[in-house]
Amino acid sequence: MSITLPQPAIKTNTARRILPGFGLSLGYTVFYLCLLVLIPLSTTFFKAAALSPAKFAAVIADPRTVAAFKLSFGTSALAALFNAFAGLLVAWTLVRYPFPGRRIVDGLVDLPFALPTAVAGICLSAVYAENGWIGSRLYHWQFVHGAFVRGSHFDVSYTPLGIFVALVFIGLPFVVRTVQPVLQDLETDVEEAAASLGAARGQIFFRVLLPTLFPAVLTGWTLAFARALGEYGSVIFISNNVPLKGEIIPKLIMEKLDQYDYAGANAIAVVMLLASFALLLVINILQGWSRKHLGMSGL
Amino acid sequence: MNTRPKLATEPWPIRLLFIGGTLIFLGLFLGLPLATVFASAFSAGRGVYLDSLRDPNTVSAIKLTLLTAAVSVPLNVVFGISAAWAIAKFEFRGKNLLLTLIDLPFAVSPVVSGLIFVLLLGRFTPLGGWLEAHNIKIIFAVPGIILATTFVTFPFVVREILPVMQAQGMDEEQAARVLGASGWQTFWRISLPNIKWGLLYGVILCNARAMGEFGAVSVVSGKILGLTNTLPLQVEAFNDDYNFTGAFAAASLLALLGLVTLAAKSLIEWKTERR
Repeated sequence: MSITLPQPAIKTNTARRILPGFGLSLGYTVFYLCLLVLIPLSTTFFKAAALSPAKFAAVIADPRTVAAFKLSFGTSALAALFNAFAGLLVAWTLVRYPFPGRRIVDGLVDLPFALPTAVAGICLSAVYAENGWIGSRLYHWQFVHGAFVRGSHFDVSYTPLGIFVALVFIGLPFVVRTVQPVLQDLETDVEEAAASLGAARGQIFFRVLLPTLFPAVLTGWTLAFARALGEYGSVIFISNNVPLKGEIIPKLIMEKLDQYDYAGANAIAVVMLLASFALLLVINILQGWSRKHLGMSGL
Repeated sequence: MNTRPKLATEPWPIRLLFIGGTLIFLGLFLGLPLATVFASAFSAGRGVYLDSLRDPNTVSAIKLTLLTAAVSVPLNVVFGISAAWAIAKFEFRGKNLLLTLIDLPFAVSPVVSGLIFVLLLGRFTPLGGWLEAHNIKIIFAVPGIILATTFVTFPFVVREILPVMQAQGMDEEQAARVLGASGWQTFWRISLPNIKWGLLYGVILCNARAMGEFGAVSVVSGKILGLTNTLPLQVEAFNDDYNFTGAFAAASLLALLGLVTLAAKSLIEWKTERR
């Protein structure tokens, strides 16, 4: 995801004459970017523009598409929300409370970045299946009127709850890695000042620390949400992938392709791309806000 | 961190609660799935595990995965160095736009990343028709897999070396030039050694994603057993066949790749004090 890079410290009017390779490096960069990224992406938009509005509307308004959009956006938003809290807890503990093995735990947080999504999917689905380590323990419970009681058939794998679990897994590092540096850079004197003025720990957390951390948590939520929205590999293993019930948007695109419905896949993909670009814009604005808010040079 | 003033920290029961909560959460969500791969892969014994890895389809999937990474990582390294050089060493208009465009592939869903190449080069398109007439197969063949993988791993290398190059400044290069070094000499002897850790870091991240990519490759591969299945796709193929030992054996290799990536990443961070 996007992290805006700091600008070079020195002006390079003189360097331009001394250092060679400007034409070659920029030329190759733009050429490669166009060939690999811009031309394929713009083709998708041009082809979508060539679809008749009626066809486009028919694809997007199809109940199956609408259900997939609801499922994708709903589970992604909830998983990112869960991660906003869990990620804050993890970042807080890792920065503030030393404990043995902290370095290893800190390294493990990046696991979802390093583990291929198919592996994450197959593992989570096994852990939460009815014969899995967690799944078998949950299986003899059920959810009745908002209470968890002993019963039967509480399934995680092959339900939307499983999709939620997979999206929590892949989104977690985004929140932790966004909040962690901000927590690290917080000066203790603000807290000390508040404490010496008589504020309780709880007051300090909610009135002093949380407002400072909020932009970072929000950025982390958006990054996790954006990632979850497009996620495919880990979800398809743990979801039942049944149309209208457990089919996320990327899976629906895949189904359309398998049925050679290229126009349908194209129409949905364009909506997804527009959502991704809008989120990219929001993330850039949030990161700018975060920096201004803290008066520091970003992540 | 131990020297945190008393006024700015919490009493020990709260600390313990936080540490416990963090460890339980990470253990259940990250540790347990990771342990499951290896436990399941070896559940039927080492013999079955090794047999699964010797399965011809698994072997050809491993080869294809290595080939894909061997092509797309160097492509992105050359691009990464070239883009970082232009952006870090020179001022030009549209630099911020260029940075945003370079980040685009990170924002695109893996499935859509594969789809854009099918829409550009599939057999029903003008370009795809021309390619087919000239007997060049890209989509549902190895070149398509490499293309989609290169797209999804596009920003990794440049994103890691650009900050390093910007932090280095240009004094050393300028001195070398003034003392009579040629442009390429300056690059090989000064600039490249200066960015080596950032470059290695980028290569490791790029490689992990290139070998592990699933969604984008899944769209363009056509999933022909023994021909166009990469290792992650082979995991799915075994899983769909209810061959769970095979699936977890293939997955264990990829999990190992993930662990090696994490270890290498931590080592470089420790070496260069990145955080």
